[in-house]
Amino acid sequence: MAEYGTSVRTEIVPSRGWQGIDAHELWRFRELVYFMMWRDVKVRYKQTLLGAGWAVLQPALMMVVFTVFLGVMAKVPGANDPIFVYAGILPWTFFATAMANAGNSLITSERLITKIYFPRLAVPLGAVGAAVVDFLVASVLLVGMMLWRGVRPGMSLIMVPIVVVVIGLAAIGMGTLLAALTVAYRDFRYVIPFLTQFWLFATPTAYSALPVGASPWVQGLVMANPLSGLIAAFRAGLFGEHMPWGLLASATALVMVILAGGLLYFRHVEDSLADIV
Amino acid sequence: MGAVIATEGLGKRYLRTRAVGGYRTLRESLMEWAAAPVRWWRRGSLAAPSEDFWALQDVGVEVQAGEVVGVIGRNGAGKSTFLKILSRVTRPTTGRVVLEGRVGSLLEVGTGFHPELTGRENIFLNGAILGMSRQEIRRQFDEIVEFAECGPFLETPVKRYSSGMYVRLAFAVAAHLEPEILLVDEVLAVGDAAFQRKCLGKMGQVARAGRTVLLVSHNMAAVTRLCDRALWFDHGRLRESGPPGEIITKYLASTAEEGGEVWYSHANGNGGPGSEYVRLEAIRVRSDRGLVASTLDIRRPFHVEVQYRILRRTSNLRVGVRLSAHDGTVLLSTTDMDHEGELVREPGVFVSRCEVPGELLNCGLYYVTVGCDFPMVQTHFLVDHGLAFQIAPTGGAGGHISDGRSGLLRLQLPWAVEQVGA
Repeated sequence: MAEYGTSVRTEIVPSRGWQGIDAHELWRFRELVYFMMWRDVKVRYKQTLLGAGWAVLQPALMMVVFTVFLGVMAKVPGANDPIFVYAGILPWTFFATAMANAGNSLITSERLITKIYFPRLAVPLGAVGAAVVDFLVASVLLVGMMLWRGVRPGMSLIMVPIVVVVIGLAAIGMGTLLAALTVAYRDFRYVIPFLTQFWLFATPTAYSALPVGASPWVQGLVMANPLSGLIAAFRAGLFGEHMPWGLLASATALVMVILAGGLLYFRHVEDSLADIV
Repeated sequence: MGAVIATEGLGKRYLRTRAVGGYRTLRESLMEWAAAPVRWWRRGSLAAPSEDFWALQDVGVEVQAGEVVGVIGRNGAGKSTFLKILSRVTRPTTGRVVLEGRVGSLLEVGTGFHPELTGRENIFLNGAILGMSRQEIRRQFDEIVEFAECGPFLETPVKRYSSGMYVRLAFAVAAHLEPEILLVDEVLAVGDAAFQRKCLGKMGQVARAGRTVLLVSHNMAAVTRLCDRALWFDHGRLRESGPPGEIITKYLASTAEEGGEVWYSHANGNGGPGSEYVRLEAIRVRSDRGLVASTLDIRRPFHVEVQYRILRRTSNLRVGVRLSAHDGTVLLSTTDMDHEGELVREPGVFVSRCEVPGELLNCGLYYVTVGCDFPMVQTHFLVDHGLAFQIAPTGGAGGHISDGRSGLLRLQLPWAVEQVGA
């Protein structure tokens, strides 16, 4: 209780435009972020029959679809290997759910936001946290497939959690940006599913990072997409292949820009959230 | 102890476009940007014209530690905006507030509860939202459960709770936050009498412990009973502050019309409070001879009338009247369903009229509140203390009863006097 103390003095003044994130306050409310995440997970798993099963089933079904249609029928190189495909879909699903959940989180918490004060960032962060739980559950299948196939990762495995953290940061950046935009303009509610789909096509989930023979236009698109480098690095770490350091570095730099932009915009809108939500 | 809440020059401005139209769509914003050069050409300004609306203006208040302060005023007077600024939900446009201590708010029942989660889970979730640490919640857990009387239902999702239990649990969590400043907005309207007493007791306890309570309420009796001081908000400004009894009397006197009748809308059926089904047109009081009157004979019955226009065919409509005393104490509530049951009303003008017997109310000032709803579904209008009338002592025949008796009721009770012993 010491952190709350009895001599808390608060001064409330009109908002002052662009500001940084109040990390100190967010730290004080870290348990709230945890509870938000815990709530999202609990509620989802309580409301559905399969509960945690959905976290595995969704990427698993996508893997089957991709392997059959892209790999077997369209003969896209690499896509006929389920492990290769799943190792792309798993981080992608993590990013996409985290981004979409965070993007919608403010509107679904509307009642809370208009009634009680807390650092609003806790809401999208909790949503991303819930996606982390899903990701961990879904990873079980990947581990299982790797054991079954006898794929033995090497030292490069330590890169995997680092890559996952960067993907999480990307989701936080995009999620907070979309959440704030959705509150200001409800149109973005419809943009999010569209964006997710479009982004999926521009991301090498079922094919390798740089599709051979693709037009420079497509190559540029894939390169500009930070998820390309991150998923390639995720796979490389997992299977002990050559780590695409250049791609990873440029992707990480891009993620940092997205993160800073998302958080800054979110903070800018935060003060007036209760008035416009 | 010094002031725990101090505000100066506090103001909150809303843009009318947002206040009415709600959120903006991207299309509107794009159109606005696109139109900016034209505006600049015409008026020399790039900003879109907007109507300002000050929900709160120039409010300076000091509240001392341990004070229980009631905030009263009409709907839209700025009470809730004031509380929202204090609880940091929204930022002021001007001025500043200094708060000494933790602020806990109980703004609406069950905000932050998730219906799918169990009572136990919701206690932790809600506690965290209100700013409690997990340790703190664990320490207070048993007390919260006991206060809410929900022990046997801890593992039940709160969506299966009765509304009373829901409210109890919500209040229990907030009350155990142990904030230095507790903000309470209209929670006492719900819950049964026993629970209300319990809440009032808890608030009194909070105040005695040197903490401060700010209570927004339309329940004048609760404000009188609980508060050391009342703040009266009117049109976004702090109109007066002082002892609750005095302020409430002034406030009620200012809100109600006298003259036996008040009109809300005109012949075209627009303007009055109401919904797409029904609009309030007038409230009036008639003497038993059918005359509109603001002063009524204590011995004679009189009628309270609600006149309204039905815009769409309705069934199951309920029109109700509430009489309250000069200090806001509710004396009785009655509805036209008591008599008519279910009734289909076609579009047109209707009057629902109830008769109040003579020799029931004592001499004094009374207020009429009228409301209309589909029970449990939709409220069409609710006008608090819309009309005032006087019950006057009468001389002449029967004048022997017009003496200065105390009490709100003036019933002629049968008495017998007999000698029962030596």
